[in-house]
Amino acid sequence: MAKNETKKLEYFTDWKYAPAPEATDHINLKKQYDLFINGKFVKPNSGKHFDTINPATEQHISRIAEANEKDVDSAVKAARGAYDKTWKKMPAKERAKYIYRIARLIQERARELAVIETLDGGKSIRESRDIDVPLAANHFFYYAGWADKLEYAFPNRNPAPLGVAGQVIPWNFPLLMAAWKIAPALATGNTVVLKPAETTSLTALKLAEIIQESGLPDGVVNIITGHGPVGAAMVQHKDINKVAFTGSTTVGKWIQKAVAGTDKKLTLELGGKAANIIFEDAPINQAVEGIINGIFFNQGHVCCAGSRLFVQESVAEEVIRKLKDRLETLIVGDPLDKNTDIGAINSKMQLNKINEYLKIGVDDGAEIYQSSCTLPDKGFFVRPTLFLNTSQSHRISQEEIFGPVLAVQTFRTVEEVIEKANNIPYGLSAGVWTDKGSRIFNMTSKLRAGVVWANTYNKFDPTSPFGGYKESGFGREGGLHGLLPYLKF
Amino acid sequence: MSYDFKHSPAIDQVGIEERVARFNTRSIKKGTKVQGLKLALNMIDLTTLEGKDTEGKVKQMCYKAIHPHIAMPDLPTTAAVCVYPTMVKTAKDALKGSQVKVASVSTAFPSGNSTMQIKLLDTKFALDNGANEIDMVISRGEFLKGNYNFVFDEIASIKDLCKKYEARLKVIFETGEISTLDNVRRASDIAIYAGADFIKTSTGKIGVAATMPVTLVMLDAIKDYYIKTGIMVGMKPAGGISTAKSALQYLVMLHETLGNAWLDNKWFRFGASSLANDLILQLEKEARGVYFSKDYISVD
Repeated sequence: MAKNETKKLEYFTDWKYAPAPEATDHINLKKQYDLFINGKFVKPNSGKHFDTINPATEQHISRIAEANEKDVDSAVKAARGAYDKTWKKMPAKERAKYIYRIARLIQERARELAVIETLDGGKSIRESRDIDVPLAANHFFYYAGWADKLEYAFPNRNPAPLGVAGQVIPWNFPLLMAAWKIAPALATGNTVVLKPAETTSLTALKLAEIIQESGLPDGVVNIITGHGPVGAAMVQHKDINKVAFTGSTTVGKWIQKAVAGTDKKLTLELGGKAANIIFEDAPINQAVEGIINGIFFNQGHVCCAGSRLFVQESVAEEVIRKLKDRLETLIVGDPLDKNTDIGAINSKMQLNKINEYLKIGVDDGAEIYQSSCTLPDKGFFVRPTLFLNTSQSHRISQEEIFGPVLAVQTFRTVEEVIEKANNIPYGLSAGVWTDKGSRIFNMTSKLRAGVVWANTYNKFDPTSPFGGYKESGFGREGGLHGLLPYLKF
Repeated sequence: MSYDFKHSPAIDQVGIEERVARFNTRSIKKGTKVQGLKLALNMIDLTTLEGKDTEGKVKQMCYKAIHPHIAMPDLPTTAAVCVYPTMVKTAKDALKGSQVKVASVSTAFPSGNSTMQIKLLDTKFALDNGANEIDMVISRGEFLKGNYNFVFDEIASIKDLCKKYEARLKVIFETGEISTLDNVRRASDIAIYAGADFIKTSTGKIGVAATMPVTLVMLDAIKDYYIKTGIMVGMKPAGGISTAKSALQYLVMLHETLGNAWLDNKWFRFGASSLANDLILQLEKEARGVYFSKDYISVD
């Protein structure tokens, strides 16, 4: 019997996985992208384009148009025209056909979209291939089905579209967020002006090409690119009936002020600082895996990331030991490599923000533990990080970091953990790990979070509504609930 | 060390299946693949366990174990051959001078439905004939009755006997019969605490043999014991693993669960018969760049 007193597991082996990069020769990217308005790509009035880079290599990929107020106005006009002339008059089952066609085209071009998503945003090809792109297609499929059944969804209430929806989406799931926004808007009979985030506009622009190919009437979907002021101009535009925003709480608050006093309908899906809670009777090994995926999925750039871990004291030592072991087996590096678990941080700005929080955590006295992996020389990367012995009052336990950083606390009783989990301005999601069914129901009724996962985490499905409590926003996306924000009765 | 087997850790089947699916997305290419294929070959317990086995068949298999593929003389040997007790002597003679071990099934394999006395005699016969390793089966009926102490004592008795001969003990659960992952975990804990050197999934004699989820539950049990005690226990999935691709997926799972120390045939085995030839086929393909006919690979 071999006995090893150190009880250490060594994951550095001679058996190293050879690079397995996904091919990029099949993708088709233009040198420069213009604005997609009224079914055509048009030059921006500003005459300006800006660079979009690959965050994993810092290399230039393409150039994106910078819209200004005039462009916003012509996009809204195009959307209004399409709404009045064609889209609102079209029988619902015909609308559904277009949405269905978009879904099919996304599937057909899944491989290209996945590679571009990874190149432009830094997320691992495994995730863009297995999660982002298939889910995006599924959202279109799902809402295509609702288009001619709205009367059944809301019986005797005469559901009617709002008009033009202005939608602003974030950089963490560029194509998927575009699908979340566009699919329900079209299904309910609205037309759309969408603004993707400036660091990740490419897949939205590829989606514009797909929309062209689908034959969707001109102006039903318009996609305009640029920085913050473009979104601001759109939100404030007089002829927008509905604003849908996913992004930071700071910007969300600004938008709510900006639409105050107007009859614009608003939904906000904002930040989060989710609690993932492990009880002593949980299936520990699977819980550890769930915690890891809960925080390191998409480099932690997930608003519902399980960024706070509460572990019951009796199993804390075991859980922390296992988290540390698991950290060592995460492969950090080239996002295009099929074996990469954690890709690149989306932008230099975000990298700086995460590094600043790492410093704050250490300065505040939390114990930092990082994977011993080597990071690539170029590009924006962060080691997967645990903060142990954190307090509820630490900034790293309070504020959304939006990176691969997990703050770990321990707890003793159910009351204590509920109080601590809810003691945060956010309320987007939470996770509960226990083998006991009654405890799951108790927790889900007491946790103030829009989504509570039990013995799993980060599961998304078009049929399931998603959205927050408190400063995580309001309104739901997905499912039947996701139709409501785009309808009047 | 006291341990209540009624309170083995809970297993979440969905979580296990997701983890397995994740291992299976790993892309194993080029040098990594060749290295993995050779490692897998070196971890095989080349097995024949049939009523119709003859000395001649066992001798042929032993030659194959030492010389897996004549055209590639540098290939490693398999880890062991695995036979019935009556064939141990034949195998022992045929393997003389090589590194290949002789493993014998025992304890009224495959059902395990016999008396303790018979099981001990069965094992002693194999050991007296020179078996290096004993692959015993547990009494699944007693296990399913909740008679965990019976199962524990049974394993401990066989282990005592093996110790006298310095033989290593593998404990077979027949996971297809105890069926749930919670039961697999409990059986793993019982066997490990009773002194098993290896835990093994299946006899290969019923429809459901080794699967990756079952193997992962067992690897986790090994990991938990190691974390508590620092003592290493080996793992042997057996039955149903016949392709090189599947073997590589098991190795990925092993590599990312238990790490470097277990990537060795001292701690991991495949119980298989046809796997060896598929590994050879793939190794030839890696060397030549094209597949060649299976007729160039000997079937023993």
